[in-house]
Amino acid sequence: MQCVPRGLCERMDFKDYYKALGVERTASQDEIKRVYRKLARQFHPDINKEPGAEERFKEIGEAYEVLGDPEKRAAYDDVGRGFSQGQEFRPPPDWDAGFEFSGAPPGGEAHDFSEFFETLFRGARRAQGQRGTAEFHARGSDHHARIYIDLRDAYQGGRRKITLRVPEIDEGGHVRVRERSLNVDIPKGLEEGQSIRLKGQGSPGLGRLPAGDLYLEVFYAPDPVFRLSGKDVHFDLPVTPWEAALGAEIKVPTPSGAIMLKVPAGSYQGRELRIKGRGLPAKVPGDLYAVLQIALPPADTAEAEDIYREMERKLAFNPRAKLGV
Amino acid sequence: MAKDSNDHMEAEIVEAGGHCTLEELCVACNVEADWVADLVAHGALEPSGCGRAEWRFRSLTIASVAKAKRLERDLGLNTPGIALALELLDEIEALRARLRIYEDRRG
Repeated sequence: MQCVPRGLCERMDFKDYYKALGVERTASQDEIKRVYRKLARQFHPDINKEPGAEERFKEIGEAYEVLGDPEKRAAYDDVGRGFSQGQEFRPPPDWDAGFEFSGAPPGGEAHDFSEFFETLFRGARRAQGQRGTAEFHARGSDHHARIYIDLRDAYQGGRRKITLRVPEIDEGGHVRVRERSLNVDIPKGLEEGQSIRLKGQGSPGLGRLPAGDLYLEVFYAPDPVFRLSGKDVHFDLPVTPWEAALGAEIKVPTPSGAIMLKVPAGSYQGRELRIKGRGLPAKVPGDLYAVLQIALPPADTAEAEDIYREMERKLAFNPRAKLGV
Repeated sequence: MAKDSNDHMEAEIVEAGGHCTLEELCVACNVEADWVADLVAHGALEPSGCGRAEWRFRSLTIASVAKAKRLERDLGLNTPGIALALELLDEIEALRARLRIYEDRRG
C-alpha cells in the first residue's frame, strides 16, 4: 500500500475494475450488482479464512464502489478509455469537472481503497460536501483488531509486541495504511475469542473528550501439542500397552512445564485423564486432558516376536467381539 | 489515531467478570441498542436476565456483534441472515477444529 500524498507519487497504476469483478464492459448495473454480491459473500474476511481473501475482498469492494454507481462508472469509463490493468496512469486535469457525485460510501465509513481510487473519487466527494456522513462522535471511536498469541502466553501472561495495520485519513483526505506497534502486557488466562481493551488507543476524541479504546480480539496460534477447547486443553499422550494395562507413573508435558501423571491400571485407547486446574488459568481455571494413545512396539527382533507369539497363545482376546465375528 | 507509544501498556480483559451490559456492548461496538435487541429477538445473541436493563452479555459477545455489524455493512444481510450466518460460521469453525485434530493424528 502506498503511503505518499497525491502529487508526490512517482507512479500510479490503472486499475481495471471490470476485470476485478470479472464482468464485460457492457455489463448491466443489475449484472454488476449480482456478481459483486456473490464475490463479496465468497471473499468476506469474516467468512473466508484463506490467505489473500481480505485483499481480494477490498479489491472487489473498490471495483463495486465505482461500477455499482452509474455516475462514477460513467466517469471511470470516460477517463479510463484505452488503459489496461497495471498500466501507468495519470488522470487528465479537471477530468471530473463535468460530473456530479452524490452520496456517501456504503456504510458511511472510510474504506481502505487504492490510491488510484482516492485520486479519482475521494477528492471529488469531499468537494461535494459530505452529505449523509455528518455523524458526530463526541468521544473518539473505538477500534477493533484481531491478534494471535501463543498458548504459553495464556499461561504466563507477559509483555508482547503487537503490530497492527491501521488505515487512516490524512489532511488531503486520502486513506493510507500505517504500521503501528504496541507493547502490550497480555493478561493471563484469556479465552479464545475474548477481547482485551487498551484504553485511549482508539481514535482521538473531539475537543476535550477522551480518545476511544482499542479492542483486540485474541486468538491462539495453533500449537503442535496442545489443543484448546474453551478453557480446557487437550493433548495426545502416547503410552505403551503395559503402561495402559498395568498402570504407571509417567512424565508428561503441560503448557506450564512437565509433571508426573499417574496412569491407572486398566486404561484403554482414547481414555481421557483429567489433570484438574491445569487448563487455561482463570478464577475458575480450565482442566488439562491427556488423551491416551496406545503405541505398539514393533515386532522387529526375535525376542519381541516371541513375546507377541506368547500373548497370542496365552491371552484369549478378541478385539472384534462387538462386531459379532 | 492516538499516538504510538513505545512504553508498554496494560491490557485489561474486557469485563474480567465475563459480562457486559447492553449499554457497554453498544459503546464498545458503536451500534444502537435497538439493533442489538433485534439480534437478541432472532436468537443470535443470548443474554442472561429479563428485559434490556437486566441483560448481561458474555464479554465474547463484543466480537460477535462487531462481526455482525461487518456482515450487515459489507453483505447487506438483514437480521435473520446475520443470525443464520453467525450460527453457520460457528459450526464451520467447530468442524474445522475437529478436522484439524484428525488430520494431526493421521499426519
